[in-house]
Amino acid sequence: MENTTHQFIFTGSGGQGLITAAIVLGEAAVMHEGLEAVQSQSYGAAARGGATRADVIISNEPIRIPKITQTGVLICLTQEAYTRFGMLIRPGGLFITDKRFVRSVQKLDAIHIELDLYNKVVEEIGKPVVFNIAILGALLGIYPAVKRESVIKVLEHRFPPALHANNLKALELGLKVGSMYHS
Amino acid sequence: MSENNIRFVQGNEACAMAAMYAGLDFYAGYPITPSTEIAEILAERLPAQGKKFIQMEDEIASMCAIIGASLTGHKVMTATSGPGFSLKQEALGYAIMAEIPCVIVNVQRGGPSTGNPTQVSQGDVNQARWGTHGDHAIVALTASNHQDVFAMTVEAFNIAETYRTPVILLFDEVVGHLREKLVVPEPGELPLVERLHTSVREGVNYHPYLPREDGRLPMSDFGGVHRYNVTGLYHDMWGFPTDKPELVEDLMRHLMRKIDYAATSLTHHKAYFMDDADTVLISYGSSARSALALVERMRLRGQRIGLLELQTIWPFPEQLVQDYTKNAEVIGVVEMNTGQLVQAVRLAVNNPQRVYLINRIDNRLITDKDIRQTLRAIQGKGV
Repeated sequence: MENTTHQFIFTGSGGQGLITAAIVLGEAAVMHEGLEAVQSQSYGAAARGGATRADVIISNEPIRIPKITQTGVLICLTQEAYTRFGMLIRPGGLFITDKRFVRSVQKLDAIHIELDLYNKVVEEIGKPVVFNIAILGALLGIYPAVKRESVIKVLEHRFPPALHANNLKALELGLKVGSMYHS
Repeated sequence: MSENNIRFVQGNEACAMAAMYAGLDFYAGYPITPSTEIAEILAERLPAQGKKFIQMEDEIASMCAIIGASLTGHKVMTATSGPGFSLKQEALGYAIMAEIPCVIVNVQRGGPSTGNPTQVSQGDVNQARWGTHGDHAIVALTASNHQDVFAMTVEAFNIAETYRTPVILLFDEVVGHLREKLVVPEPGELPLVERLHTSVREGVNYHPYLPREDGRLPMSDFGGVHRYNVTGLYHDMWGFPTDKPELVEDLMRHLMRKIDYAATSLTHHKAYFMDDADTVLISYGSSARSALALVERMRLRGQRIGLLELQTIWPFPEQLVQDYTKNAEVIGVVEMNTGQLVQAVRLAVNNPQRVYLINRIDNRLITDKDIRQTLRAIQGKGV
């Protein structure tokens, strides 16, 4: 079997739920698709008040080194994260930002997709707290590393039932927006 | 393997789950990064099963509490990191002297002192061996992935019960915090060693430190039907203090031999591509992941390189290391400190001049590229 490995780095600020989104992605791959995945994140002083970062690697083979030095997919959801982590993108990689939070100031050698998802989440769902799940949906719409159904199973299992309806709405909204960019 | 047994968890959670699998029913601790999740998870899950979790006032009290609880018949554990591990050392020595089964987890972070709470290091290897004062033997296990974290945690409880000894689980921040796949073993899949209770009946004299023929010391739950003494002083078979030279020497020899003589059965390791390896990497914990990544990559290019991953680091598996390095031209010890286990490797091998330290000491995970670069320098190929 050919080695297929996908690398994702989620960056933003504490409270945006990016670490949770990263865990959901990894868990979907491991628990529902029979794949290998590792997830790690920046902690404490590294994360406090500044840019947070969560790394996910998904592969059909065992993953040895959990930290990513150059990533195939980079998501930046604050201007600071954009400035600090922008250079982690692999040439020709997929670079995702949201207009609400990030204004592009530099040319990166990557396929840059500027989403307008935060505003849509506020308009259509009214709960900014599910923005992280919408971003995960958009990511999978653009880059289907795991199946929609696998993510839904994780959302059911990991969150209280009261949150499920909005999480599901956010995922579907993200998938819809993201799939418009799917090549 | 059922899909229901697959989890996506942190190494700390794998450790907590394994401890409960092994029969942990008393945990006392003082949460400290990067081991906090172990306490957090057990605080929720132990009481839910009617078992005890106590958040103590400090690290020393936590260690003392598990010693007391173990004496009353419980399987016990505490978890900490560098600063807390330092504080526990005196009580750890007490558990060695009084022969009290217990498991101490140290999820290593950058040190000395408070150092670097959220980043990785393997600087406590020698502290695990010699942290407490006086001559003594100790068992310390480690792991590089969650399946092995689970297995080694269960094994730690088994060794603690079998040999009536503290066992140290020496993990590190990367393995503790990383999330990855764990297949939870079914009940009964991993063997468990239960407490060996004395067959001496109530009203009959019980000698807490009188070994059976096989050397094991059956225990009687403290506070139960037998009255006996427990002390950190040299003691006789009744547990009462003694300074008689022959008893002191006997006890010292007993404490050393019960571990040293069992070294072979205490040794756990993994050998990757070692059959024809002329370059041998020796590593443990998260740095073994990077070493394995490099070995796999260089094997694809036909290079004869192998990895010996040590899961038991104390007692140091001298024979194993000697056997595996007999024909090695280069022996690279990969660790994230200024050279700790490398010292033990140099003492064990026939050709110590071929042993090199390959390390990183900036509290970041050593990578396959780091190891490759040092290997090239060693082999005179330039960097």
